[in-house]
Amino acid sequence: MTVERDVMEYDVLVVGAGPAGLAAACRLKQKASEAGKEISVCVVEKGSEIGAHILSGAVFEPRALNELFPNWKELGAPLNTPVTRDDVYLFRSETAATKLPNAFVPKTMHNEGNYIISLGNLCRWLGQQAEGLGVEIYPGFAAQEILIDEHNVVRGVQIGDMGVGHDGKPKEGFYTPGIELRAKYTLFAEGCRGHLGKRLLARYNLAKDADPQHYAIGLKEIWDIDPAKHQPGLVVHGAGWPLDDANPGGSFLYHAENNQVFVGLIVDLSYTNPYLSPFDEFQRFKTHSICKQYLEGGKRVSYGARAICKGGYNSLPKMVFPGGALIGCDLGTMNFSKIKGNHTAMKSGMLAAEAAAEALFNGSEGGDELNAYVETFKASWLYDELYRSRNFGPAIHKYGTFFGGAFNYLDQNWFGGKIPLTLHDRIPDHTTLKLAADAKKIEYPKADSKFSFDKLSSVFISSTNHEEDQPVHLKLTDPSIPIAKNLPMYSEPAQRYCPAGVYEVIGDAEKKFQINAQNCVHCKTCDIKDPAQNITWIAPEGSGGPNYSNM
Amino acid sequence: MKALVSVKRVVDYNVRIQVKPDGSGVVTDGVKFSMNPFDEIAMEEAVRLKEKGKITEIIAVTIGGAKCEETLRTALAFGADRAVHVKEEGDIQPLTAAKALAAVFKKEGANLFLLGKQAIDDDANQTGQMVAALLDLPQATFASKVELEAAKVTVTREVDAGLETLELDLPAIVTTDLRLNEPRYLKLPDIMKAKKKPLEAISFESLGVTAAAGLKTAKVSAPPKRSKGVMVKTVDELVSALKAKGLV
Repeated sequence: MTVERDVMEYDVLVVGAGPAGLAAACRLKQKASEAGKEISVCVVEKGSEIGAHILSGAVFEPRALNELFPNWKELGAPLNTPVTRDDVYLFRSETAATKLPNAFVPKTMHNEGNYIISLGNLCRWLGQQAEGLGVEIYPGFAAQEILIDEHNVVRGVQIGDMGVGHDGKPKEGFYTPGIELRAKYTLFAEGCRGHLGKRLLARYNLAKDADPQHYAIGLKEIWDIDPAKHQPGLVVHGAGWPLDDANPGGSFLYHAENNQVFVGLIVDLSYTNPYLSPFDEFQRFKTHSICKQYLEGGKRVSYGARAICKGGYNSLPKMVFPGGALIGCDLGTMNFSKIKGNHTAMKSGMLAAEAAAEALFNGSEGGDELNAYVETFKASWLYDELYRSRNFGPAIHKYGTFFGGAFNYLDQNWFGGKIPLTLHDRIPDHTTLKLAADAKKIEYPKADSKFSFDKLSSVFISSTNHEEDQPVHLKLTDPSIPIAKNLPMYSEPAQRYCPAGVYEVIGDAEKKFQINAQNCVHCKTCDIKDPAQNITWIAPEGSGGPNYSNM
Repeated sequence: MKALVSVKRVVDYNVRIQVKPDGSGVVTDGVKFSMNPFDEIAMEEAVRLKEKGKITEIIAVTIGGAKCEETLRTALAFGADRAVHVKEEGDIQPLTAAKALAAVFKKEGANLFLLGKQAIDDDANQTGQMVAALLDLPQATFASKVELEAAKVTVTREVDAGLETLELDLPAIVTTDLRLNEPRYLKLPDIMKAKKKPLEAISFESLGVTAAAGLKTAKVSAPPKRSKGVMVKTVDELVSALKAKGLV
């Protein structure tokens, strides 16, 4: 079937309205106005509005924002809670924890000058700034295909069709073909494991000289707490229980504004026990007395989850390809030693934008590689920062929380990240699972509905919604693998690593793998962790997915 | 033939509503807003009537603060020809809204006023009826079918006993129910075009309307939590449990 598609053309197209994409869009318009020239910029976003799919801790380092909008305070950027205190705990068990003396905390974990923010709200604000500068932003439209011409040049994206039924057939009276958005340069800013970014990495072999990307899943809840227990600006980080060296990760608890607390657990997707459930580890974590002291008497108001790229420097792929570039977490710019990726994402977007603007000013018709972006990236503080923290993640994976942490303390506090060796972690996260037969089953405590909750009531407060009658957006390359291989080998871990209850194995005698795609919170963990790499996440109909508020 | 369609900006239907801890209202900061779904249906109906050649011009109107412009742009992307923004910050009560909408209807000299039967935020279900009373015009509420002829509109309503069909002389007020139609997907090029369509901002003052606060919100509270269920093993156990609660 051939479909007539409308075509819109721009100078620069940005895929994804997160911190990287919006910073890039703003920078392009700023450069154009400084030069007294026109650059047309379009941003497409699959969420129903800007911020709907944004989830981050977040302790925000304002360095990139200071560069982008030096007057962000006057412009009303929602950075309202300066960090007042950093507490770091080593959780020893479900009851015990030791507070790390300040002197032993790696420097990168200090947060003076940073702010506790909702990244979703910062993106909403960045969106307003971008629109004020003349950027066209279209939320509710998902980029579904990359337009690549006969010369292997990226020319833009095609928006997903709307009004397609579960059977893949157009629905009478509703079928709306997605348009083609073409641009001289296309910047991909989909966040961690973007479905188009993944294809670009493969098509242009961009990661051939890099270590494999490493990932984690971050789970987060927002709580309204008793004002008497609220200490705005308090940052609490933790390592250890409920995780361990074979299944590492870390926790956070931030006292934000309006008597709210952001609490979360980050579980490295290099975990080895197939019985591990990141969701249940998070629920259990909140029952620790360190959390309870703040959450007691409070009310959970929101829940969400998102995968994180944490490979950093060693995993950085080639950043450019003919006609475009990867920015933000589509590239993998998070600084794991700071557990921060928002300022680095913004900076990468700004650098790519500057390179694209310069090229356009020089009369470029696009389609080439933005090598200036690669050069300015290497000369920037962003690169320096990633270089200095290159050992942080591998040290913990190689030596465990305690000795890895000691290495990081030395490397960061004594060598400023310039210890003369580079640790590598070349084992892809999807290959780390032990066989179920060799692993210890984990019995998780039942949800107490006070501090811990079940998956379905959690997904409910993520305000997730998908049009019901549409094709399943989680594609199995080989539909037989979940039951024939993953179930006997790993007790099908998808049932547990998915934080939204999308995957179920049902039936007593005859087992069946069921995909509840409408629950999907777009975290991408399944695409990353499936041991057979058999699940491909693609964008569902535009505006589907979570509707996060203040995340 | 001119149609006026009023559209209200409300908290999106996908958002799980949170009551403010002090009980003064619901949380709206950082929350997604969109067009009241019943107004979307009114908008869709107006566009369909225009596509059939029964209407020549569609005017969308809303009342509220600066952010309501987004809702009007959505209406313009649906197919409204132009928009009127009664720009007023703060809470607007149904009677005030009805007075302002009636004034706009008169000012525009429209023949048909289409609006949702209620807004999903306050569920007041009053505005359409009050506009009809204020203008002393015929009204048909909860429309599930609308047919427009030269000087009259025929409206089918779903009532308890079946279907009721009303014939109204124009000008008239019609409020739309869920089953009237299913709104279309907005097309990206239409959203782009909507940015350039005319949008006029006016005030209560220019309409000769004063905001009245006839209603005072005493308290907003969340529904009581459902208590945990009890699993019973046998029918006898079920019967005795029901008896114990005095339900059988």
